[in-house]
Amino acid sequence: MTALRARAPYAGVGLLIAVFAVFFLLPFAGLLERGLGDSGAWEAITSDTALDALVLSLWTSGISLVIAVVAGTPVAYWLTHARFPGKGAVEALIDLPIVLPPTIAGVALLTAFGRKGLLGGPLDDWFGLTLGFSTVAVIMAQLFVGAPFYVRAARAGFASVDAQYERVAHTLGASGLRAFARIVLPLSWPSLAAGGALCWARALGELGATLIFAGNLQGETQTMPLAILSAFESADGLTTAVALAILLLAVALVALAAFWLLSTRGRGTA
Amino acid sequence: MAAGPPRDAPRSRGHTVSLRALGAAGIAAAALSLAACGGDGERRETVTVFAAASLTDAFGELAAAFEARNPGVTVRVSFAGSAALRTQVLEGAPADVFASASPDEVEALDAAGLVVEAQGLATNTLVVAVAEETGQEVGAFEDLAEPGLRLVLAAAEVPAGRYARNSLALADADGVYGPGFAARVLANVRSNEANVRATLAKVELGEADAAIVYASDLAGDAPDGVRAVAIPERFQVAAEYRIALLSEGETARAFVAFVTSPEGEAVLARHGFSPVGVTP
Repeated sequence: MTALRARAPYAGVGLLIAVFAVFFLLPFAGLLERGLGDSGAWEAITSDTALDALVLSLWTSGISLVIAVVAGTPVAYWLTHARFPGKGAVEALIDLPIVLPPTIAGVALLTAFGRKGLLGGPLDDWFGLTLGFSTVAVIMAQLFVGAPFYVRAARAGFASVDAQYERVAHTLGASGLRAFARIVLPLSWPSLAAGGALCWARALGELGATLIFAGNLQGETQTMPLAILSAFESADGLTTAVALAILLLAVALVALAAFWLLSTRGRGTA
Repeated sequence: MAAGPPRDAPRSRGHTVSLRALGAAGIAAAALSLAACGGDGERRETVTVFAAASLTDAFGELAAAFEARNPGVTVRVSFAGSAALRTQVLEGAPADVFASASPDEVEALDAAGLVVEAQGLATNTLVVAVAEETGQEVGAFEDLAEPGLRLVLAAAEVPAGRYARNSLALADADGVYGPGFAARVLANVRSNEANVRATLAKVELGEADAAIVYASDLAGDAPDGVRAVAIPERFQVAAEYRIALLSEGETARAFVAFVTSPEGEAVLARHGFSPVGVTP
């Protein structure tokens, strides 16, 4: 009786986990069932619209990731070590895009960089430079929503490195940059890779901000999520939308596996 | 985390209790929500209406008026592009009424056996919406072909986008604006928006110089900073709105009757729609 009582919670937790797992797996099963059972799916995947959108998605999200890493790494490192009043506020500000609904992020970007925006207005008036409806706007939207994930993970990674190691490296004559490259980077590598993966995935899936800030035009601003949304609205909508979604999922899975390999291998050599 | 093996009996009992409490709370919550749905005593009904984005203001007002005269009735309206709404209904979305900006979407639902009955709702015309503060001079329909103009259209998949392209095709076939008019205009398209309101918003925000929208979108409380430029009558495409009853519910039927009554028509007219049968 007592054994049964002791086991009951675990049965409950097990059931909870099973329900949770089904909740997450079933939508993917549904997509596959719809997509693979449809003869038009292959045609949809190999259409110009799909290929344009996939190519655009891959290179814009790639650039977003590169910018996030190049600019975000120093920011994260500085935030980990600097002590100054209002640091908490700065950290919260960097995390803000994570909790912002993407459509609001799009509106926010418009108010800053749109033709009537704080910076976009003068840019347009003085230089005739407009960002809206351009591929640059797509990257800006992706960077805005994705980069905070990288900075957040990188901060956690840097904070987990014992400052002692760096100090020792310094006393042994290593320069700051050398100590960073030889000590900090290898030790925080898994966090950086995980953050990069999150940032990239978020950029790849970006829809709301792009739709509002960059618009929807094939080959220019129509990334995969936008193409999927557009397909959903067309007459034979679901077939195309589901096929494109499966394509995007497959690409994302491969990329995330690569990130994972990268992070474990980095750890191995550290 | 609670996943570790129990070290001692009291801890494990603690887990049992908390899990049971959790379960009880869940059951209680479910029972409560059921009770709220069932709600006996006063009449409590909900009509779910899917309406084209261009009907946003008119149907917002109609829903409020219907609720005011039918206490206990709630009208939930979901606005989106007619095409998206059609797909949602085809996928089983529980809509009682569907108001579409074109007959095509209603026919698609009818073909799937989802329509109880359908009728004409209103008609609408097209207009060019122009941002007032813009470097581009758009004074007439033909100016849409000016190189460098930042034009946005509703996507070809949604009624507003379809009508706009049909209108351009009419002008193109006429030839009065020179050869390749439609192609020159379409080359200026910077974005294909998901619905007509999103299209208009791009002009309101000043991101686009011009857009083709419904006349009703600029009627009544027209947005600031946007002016209308007429499309010549011979290139007009009459947008035909239809309303379909998708469920047998009495209240849903009453809502459709209200919308198509003279009173409903008056509301629609105030928002720039014309009655059925009057081809503008």
